[in-house]
Amino acid sequence: MTFGFTRAQAVALVAMLALIVVAPGVLYPVFLMKVLCFGLFAGAFNLLIGYVGLLSLGHAAYFGMGSYIAAWTAKYWGFSAELAILTGGVVGAAIGLVFGWLAIRRQGIYFAMITLALSQMIYFFALQAPFTGGEDGIQQVPRAPLFGLIPLEDDMTLYWVVAAIFLLGFLAIHRIVHSPFGQVLKAIRENEPRAISLGYRVDDYKLLAFVLSAFIAAIAGATKSQVFGIATLTDVHWEMSGEVVLMTLLGGIGTIFGPVMGALVFGSLETYLAQFGDWVTVTQGAIFILCVLAFRRGIIGEIGARLRLVL
Amino acid sequence: MVTIFGKPLLLLYGQLTLGLINGAFYALLSLGLAVIFGLLNVINFAHGALFMLGAFVTWGLLQYLDIGYWPALVIAPIIVGAFGVVLERLLIKRLHGLDHLYGLLLTFGCALVIEGLMRNQFGSSGVPYAIPSALQGALHLGFMVLPLYRAWVVIAAAAMCLVTWLVIDKTRLGATLRAATENAPLVQAFGVNVPRLVTLTYGAGVGLAAFAGVLAAPMNSVNPNMGSNLIIVVFATVVIGGMGSILGSIVTGFGLGIIEGLTKVYYPEGSATVVFVVMVIVLLVRPAGLFGRAA
Amino acid sequence: MQLSRRLLLGTAAAAATLPVQRVRAQDKATIKIGVLNDQSGPYRDTGGLTSAICAKQAVAEFNAQGFNVEVIYADHQNKPDIGAGIARQWYDREGVDMILDVPTSSVGLAVGGVAKEKDKAYINTGAATADLTGKACAPSIVHWSYDTYMLAKSTGGATVKSGGDTWYFITADYVFGHQLQEQTTRFVQAAGGKVLGSSAYPFPGTTDFSSFLLQAQASGAKVLGLCNAGADTVNSIKQAKEFGLQTRIAAMLMFITDVHALGLDVAQGLTLTESFYWDLNPRTRAFTDRVRPKTPNNWPNMIHAACYAGTLHYLKAVQQIGVAAAKKSGTAAVAAMKAIPTDDDAFGKAYIREDGLAMVPSYLFEVKKPSESKGPWDFYKTIQVSPPDQAWRPLAEGACPFVKS
Repeated sequence: MTFGFTRAQAVALVAMLALIVVAPGVLYPVFLMKVLCFGLFAGAFNLLIGYVGLLSLGHAAYFGMGSYIAAWTAKYWGFSAELAILTGGVVGAAIGLVFGWLAIRRQGIYFAMITLALSQMIYFFALQAPFTGGEDGIQQVPRAPLFGLIPLEDDMTLYWVVAAIFLLGFLAIHRIVHSPFGQVLKAIRENEPRAISLGYRVDDYKLLAFVLSAFIAAIAGATKSQVFGIATLTDVHWEMSGEVVLMTLLGGIGTIFGPVMGALVFGSLETYLAQFGDWVTVTQGAIFILCVLAFRRGIIGEIGARLRLVL
Repeated sequence: MVTIFGKPLLLLYGQLTLGLINGAFYALLSLGLAVIFGLLNVINFAHGALFMLGAFVTWGLLQYLDIGYWPALVIAPIIVGAFGVVLERLLIKRLHGLDHLYGLLLTFGCALVIEGLMRNQFGSSGVPYAIPSALQGALHLGFMVLPLYRAWVVIAAAAMCLVTWLVIDKTRLGATLRAATENAPLVQAFGVNVPRLVTLTYGAGVGLAAFAGVLAAPMNSVNPNMGSNLIIVVFATVVIGGMGSILGSIVTGFGLGIIEGLTKVYYPEGSATVVFVVMVIVLLVRPAGLFGRAA
Repeated sequence: MQLSRRLLLGTAAAAATLPVQRVRAQDKATIKIGVLNDQSGPYRDTGGLTSAICAKQAVAEFNAQGFNVEVIYADHQNKPDIGAGIARQWYDREGVDMILDVPTSSVGLAVGGVAKEKDKAYINTGAATADLTGKACAPSIVHWSYDTYMLAKSTGGATVKSGGDTWYFITADYVFGHQLQEQTTRFVQAAGGKVLGSSAYPFPGTTDFSSFLLQAQASGAKVLGLCNAGADTVNSIKQAKEFGLQTRIAAMLMFITDVHALGLDVAQGLTLTESFYWDLNPRTRAFTDRVRPKTPNNWPNMIHAACYAGTLHYLKAVQQIGVAAAKKSGTAAVAAMKAIPTDDDAFGKAYIREDGLAMVPSYLFEVKKPSESKGPWDFYKTIQVSPPDQAWRPLAEGACPFVKS
């Protein structure tokens, strides 16, 4: 198949596209936009854990800073939507470059811990720096027009823009994974010493993958701030780093559609459980336990395994 | 008055003492985490919730059964430890041999459920627990007034750390444990029931958390969220000390307590973040933590 | 087909709160009230389900003729983006006409932004920020129960007058804590007092306050001002007692539920400010008696009382301008609320000012000694009553943009 999709993946892609088109007729568009942003975020995270085998526990740093930068530039510098989001992405990538450079020197759990610790510093920065508005965050960010021309105040217009950003990011991740670069990444995941012995500069590959992941995560965060008109500490808190792990695990680590599914399920839980009041955390916890015990490959991973397909 | 960087020396002595007290606490909590990680290879994210259960059981013993602080010091860790044993048998055991990530997520899920249920039962603002009458009052140290209870906490925590370390490093049981960590099948072949050993170790690690919970009940607000506030710092302590290293956890616990205490004097806003700064520096200099062995 | 399944379900839910003979409901319009607060986190007891129960109590007592009232609730998990997301969805999709409670300032302000954008009624009873009736005000917003200004003025001013003229603050390092400290400092200084120092500690995540308590002690201040809330306040006070601090403690924001958590042994002698206490007068006692059977573990505090009073008053306004008008414009409903004087068992007679602030009295309480307390939750002695015109920030100082001075 073209673009590196297998037949099964192509079918799944068409199904996903159809869902994206049909869903706003049934579900609340703002909710769907949130799912798309989280889907992209989880996809970026999955790029690292699923294809390089690196567990980052600090992805909230890029997501959150992307969100803050986009909100700030749109509100105070009058950036148009695409420029604000892109600026957020670039800043996220820059942070990813520094953090990745430090973190890839360590392996396994220690890698995870360094990313967590570094992202806590970003959290601290966001809490202390005057421009982020501390606990209140940057609120009432106007929805900047696209290219300075197309107004995005209408939920449906914005929905199509968010869907386009999501698809671009989704395809980019897929392309990265299936490029020669992606093949080397997988080789590193499977057997790092061997990749080194074959002459690959493993650290460079890891770092590039890290930066790409940070960039896409920041784009996701930046888009979210445009949707909700708000950027807050929630986005940089370590719980957000934890949530992206959960989404990816729930959907299926190392599958291309898994993170999106995970984001959909997680977003639905967060939104629709809210009305059950004080049972939210109990239910969430029970679902995680069930997920880890019963279907460890995640929803998409489990389906793929049953049907013997790569999804 | 003698000052250091603009702070009176006497105040600093006081702060160092407080840092030491908090350090004892961190050491005790991370000790349990390290024991569990050492043998089970599970990052026990439920540790904070179990710590909280320890405090609540202490309160419950007094409230419903009229059992005071001193018996609770023994009874609460046993009750919560037994709960830990059930948890291990029912859930954690099934993840044997899988990636760390799954253990972490499972125990995180457990923590959410436990804390949620406790909140539904007892509310979020907490329940009162008084300092036992024998430990009310204070010691006048010259540079500070040290509440008797805090002095007791340091002694109790340090003693517990010492005992645990001795058991693991110097006894036959400890030797078996360490051997099982290295090579479980071999130890099994020698006729040791390794799964039971694992379960009991988890129970003991949880018991340590509950013991810390009993110590905390009279000083802190006994509420369902009390553990989740601590878990990240305790977690960092274990990592900095070197995952699974008993001595590393103890030393790091005390060290972090003191560093945090000093930060509270000079830059209080940063006192929660300083732990992570230390963690980054340590991990960059020593790949597997202060006392860990590189994988 | 005019009737959606949701409407039917809603009607059924509302009918459950009404007398049986009134079920002939299908042809009546429904007013929908959404209680949005923390139901699973640290502020569950100060708001939580008790808020929803108090709102339902008001609905039952109002006993609307000619329209139905439905109360729904959700958990915002103290996250501004989740809160704003739910508010958006409620106003846009679920047909919610009024959102109630919304504690923690950051979420309160975020939901305020949505209410303003959608022109929907929003009665905040749970957030502390005075900005809701200041620079973030809107014609469809009402703020009822307390704010940082009122707490600072009542507790801060009165403490200085009674001799506590040197202060040290322990402040949660976020917007709410800093606002409270800043405003309290103003009143302390205006009354001739002095602030000797302060420690801002990381929030959330701090459980040990002894270091800051020692610094406060070393400063020699007569009063320790706690600019924090919930478990942090409880921990600070518990540990201050443990370290034998001789200073007076002014808990700048504390609810009766926190006093309960501390126990009178530890809490006795504290001063604090609330705008409601169940044992103030026969009317507050009557209100509490009616609500208590439905909230087994929790007695109503000022947030809960304001949920009751706010809902009751909102329904009176809806009755007056008609359901259609109230559903169409939150500003119209709130304008009617401002036009009618308020009168309820929790706060007595009062009114809502032009900028949306409920002008109720504030009370400075002292926590009783265990020997003075005669029954469960008998916690407070009234020390000072501030009439509405003195309790709150003057209209002009708030600089609310839509109020023409």
